[in-house]
Amino acid sequence: MSVHVPTSLTEAIDLLVANPTARLLSGGTDTMVEVNFNRSKPESVIALRRIAALREYTVDSDRIVIGAGVPYAMMEKGPLAAALPALAAAARTVGSPQIRAAGTLGGNLGTCSPAGDGLPVLAALDATINLRSPRGPRAVPFAEFMTGVKRNSRAVDEIIESVSISPTTGFQDYAKVGVRNAMVISVASVCFVHDTGSSSVRIALGAVGPTIIRAREAEQWLQSQVDASQQLPSHDKLVAEFAQRVAAAARPIDDHRSTAAYRRHAIEVLARRLYLRSTQ
Amino acid sequence: MKNATSTTNRSTGRNVLGTSALRPDGVAKTQGNFAFSSDFQAENMLWGATLRSPHPHARVVSIDPTEAWKIAGVEAIIFADDVPGKATYGLIASDQPVFARDVVRYMGEPVAAVAADHPETCRRALAAIKVVYEQLPVLSDMDAAIDPSTPAIHPDGNVIRHQRIVSGDPNIVGDVVVEGTYEIGMQDQAFLGLEAALAYPDPGGAGVELVVATQWLHEDRKQIADCLGLSPEKVRLVLGGVGGAFGAREDISLQVHTCLLALRTGRPVKVQYSREESFFGHVHRHPGRIHLRHHADRSGKLVKVEGWMKLDGGAYASTSAAVLINGITHLQGPYACDNAVLDAWATRTNNPPCGAMRGFGVVQACFAHEGQMDRLAEALGMSPVDIRLVNAMKTGDKLFTGQVVDSVAPVARCIRETADIPLPPEPSRVTGSLELPGGSGRTSDPGHIRRGVGWGVSIKNLMYSEGFDDSAEAKCTLADGVATLKFATAEVGQGFVVLAQQIARTVLGVDTVILDTIDTQIGSAGSTSASRQTWMSGGAVDGACRLVRERLFEHVAHLHNLDPLQLVIEGTEIVDTLGPLRVAVADASTGLRIEQTFLHRHRATEELDENGQGNCHVAFAFVAHRAVVDVDTDLGLVKVVQIATAQDVGQVLNPMALLGQIEGGIAQGLGLAVMEEIVVDDGIVRNPSFTDYLLPTALDAPDVVAIPIEEYEPLAPLGAKGVGEPPCISVTPAIVAAIRNATGRAIMRTPVRPQDICLAD
Repeated sequence: MSVHVPTSLTEAIDLLVANPTARLLSGGTDTMVEVNFNRSKPESVIALRRIAALREYTVDSDRIVIGAGVPYAMMEKGPLAAALPALAAAARTVGSPQIRAAGTLGGNLGTCSPAGDGLPVLAALDATINLRSPRGPRAVPFAEFMTGVKRNSRAVDEIIESVSISPTTGFQDYAKVGVRNAMVISVASVCFVHDTGSSSVRIALGAVGPTIIRAREAEQWLQSQVDASQQLPSHDKLVAEFAQRVAAAARPIDDHRSTAAYRRHAIEVLARRLYLRSTQ
Repeated sequence: MKNATSTTNRSTGRNVLGTSALRPDGVAKTQGNFAFSSDFQAENMLWGATLRSPHPHARVVSIDPTEAWKIAGVEAIIFADDVPGKATYGLIASDQPVFARDVVRYMGEPVAAVAADHPETCRRALAAIKVVYEQLPVLSDMDAAIDPSTPAIHPDGNVIRHQRIVSGDPNIVGDVVVEGTYEIGMQDQAFLGLEAALAYPDPGGAGVELVVATQWLHEDRKQIADCLGLSPEKVRLVLGGVGGAFGAREDISLQVHTCLLALRTGRPVKVQYSREESFFGHVHRHPGRIHLRHHADRSGKLVKVEGWMKLDGGAYASTSAAVLINGITHLQGPYACDNAVLDAWATRTNNPPCGAMRGFGVVQACFAHEGQMDRLAEALGMSPVDIRLVNAMKTGDKLFTGQVVDSVAPVARCIRETADIPLPPEPSRVTGSLELPGGSGRTSDPGHIRRGVGWGVSIKNLMYSEGFDDSAEAKCTLADGVATLKFATAEVGQGFVVLAQQIARTVLGVDTVILDTIDTQIGSAGSTSASRQTWMSGGAVDGACRLVRERLFEHVAHLHNLDPLQLVIEGTEIVDTLGPLRVAVADASTGLRIEQTFLHRHRATEELDENGQGNCHVAFAFVAHRAVVDVDTDLGLVKVVQIATAQDVGQVLNPMALLGQIEGGIAQGLGLAVMEEIVVDDGIVRNPSFTDYLLPTALDAPDVVAIPIEEYEPLAPLGAKGVGEPPCISVTPAIVAAIRNATGRAIMRTPVRPQDICLAD
């Protein structure tokens, strides 16, 4: 196995062109599990950790850019957590402190597991994924980036450079159900964003379908019922119907971690709770 | 790496019995310097690996290693035909093949093994061996296994054991009758130090030495020697550092394979399992189904218990027969009752083999009898505490087996002292607090939480049962004020190494106690299981030290013209109780070398007759647990807030080690209550990893408030009962009862899954 350790994005892209089957490594919290389980034997690895530019982020009033190599530990607190509380909440649910020090948003996007903890936040915030290849940069909306279970629209010669997010005003939060109080893979997760600035409500669901699911029908229904430029009303009937509509968007399965019925139920409960948290 | 064999005295006092003496291996373990079995290396060493069946039941049509032999670095490939001795092994029945020959009976059953120059070469070789399987119908259901019309999946049949207990008046009826069917999932021991062994062949293949993490060196040696076709003295076992056991190292796993590969290649061979392979390489806790009908009079006193218990042993017998006896003989719980009609079966299926795990059949029994006690309390309008106090067993009471409980039996005291422990503060009022159910997932707001309280009380037998010749040997050598102890007791993390030193310091008045290598160069210590080593090996070390002390006293008495019976040890001195003599043990033993060996046996036990009557157990220990849980009833998520416990321990020998056993056992019982389960779907294991087999984290572990109930046990050599198993037994039903209390739901199965709490039945 050859291991390359580039120190610039240009160098990394050149290496990727020269080794098109190389595995891009950004944290390794998925890759190393696969290697340890003997499910994957990468012949060539390009480790992105030494590329300083990928480990930077900027928080501006109109745009937040998070380098693909920024570890979750850096999203848990500080300026990123202040600007993106839902992302901070998601980051805090990722594995253990050691895993959060290693795992990155870029890695999460590269793997594109429906249970990836950061992904519902990116979906709900309408994040843009910035890719780079010898052909130049390409910006892809999250909704078009994730295409299936562990599948995405990254081209073989592209490297995930960063994620861009437009700040929202108002409420955002994230909650995740697992069968343990910490260090657990998601059974169902929800990110809820109420942006009074754009008069919109956005809700994304994790681990209940082949991709992260945006409950757009429920979002639109709610926006037709309320003035989303204001604090949302909290009457029971409205909240209950919204939560039911969100749950209807889920496409969960039965597996060894949980059942489809429970996952759908959990989505409904979390949608209701996060909505109500936004009204408090 | 070399493991520490002695400690210097760091505290100001002497580390005798009754103190929290520090473990001799503690510093090395915390600093990462301790040599676990997986850390051993040898010059010119090869690696070994095992090829396992992907199917739960299949005929092996053909095995073709041709392609594997073409891989550079492959030195040996062995199959069933390469086993020179007995083709099978097993702790009770020898029914499990070293390698499957014609048929595989569970997913993960070994089919072949390879030795090669590197673990990766081994993996490639395994992948290159072509095995053609013809899949057979999978027997996965206990009832189907019991049904005589189901074709046998093994020459020994599909019922490993059936036992009946009929006691007193089988036709008596109580004023109040409650019944329930309880289900227990398959738990894994999940020790952290994975299976590992290193075998050194003797020149010419005349014998072999095996460094291995195990619970019972001599039993391993017997089974290995049989399979290798060698006499036992040609097989020498040395204990590798053991990172936990909990029953999972009692059976043979990699021992025979490793020795065979070493003898075949003439080179040292190391085998070490991954976490995934470990799930297939050792036995698990039996899943079970138990139906009980309890009769009581209007005061709540038990009149009769009837019902049945089914435990699934999986493909091979392991210790299922003994687990079953433990299970059925403990179905009455720590409660006096004269009448019973009970049946129990241990079945053989194509599920993973099950055997010993901490609690050994009693965990399953306790989950059922404690559920029943709560049902009785509810039917009678009594509190969970009162129904248990009304029935609490005491010394002199008779079990369903006719055996009289002559151990110290402070059941009522355990319950009362647990009840007196203050309840924890109210749940956090902070939204998203990590202390709420859901933890870091921040799913719960304070308004969603309901608190529940539940009880569990248990009885557990200590030592081996049913007439088993159970003994432990130890040797003590005193020379120049230093004691050296030799025993074959497997130190698996429980702390016998520190206890042995404490005993020698106390009995002999020495400060330095060296522990010799733990190996088969001395008689068997028996297994580190059944909460037995403090009693058994502790008794052996105590006995050997006392014999040495007698010789020492004789020597001193002779020099000073005294009667040796006048002499006692006080601190580090020999003191004449009738005169002025006072001499330091270190001085008195200068130039001497006194060596004594002692074999400790517990009193004999009997097998049960066809009606389950007989004195089959040695002694008993009791414990009470009270669980407080917070439940998010909408999401079905649980936070265990506090476990209060009072445990019958006899004499406390090391308070810190005792607390370690209590807290660890509670964490393991909590795991079985709310998260730990090997999910098996028609013989296929779905979650053989720590990603999906969930163990409690620090955030799941409750506050533990523990009170030792210290009543000297006259039957025990040191007055001390075994304390390893009781902490994990009744904590599970206590937590589940607390969840029932919080939710109002029946919940008949453990581990409790979120959907069991929040979705309709």
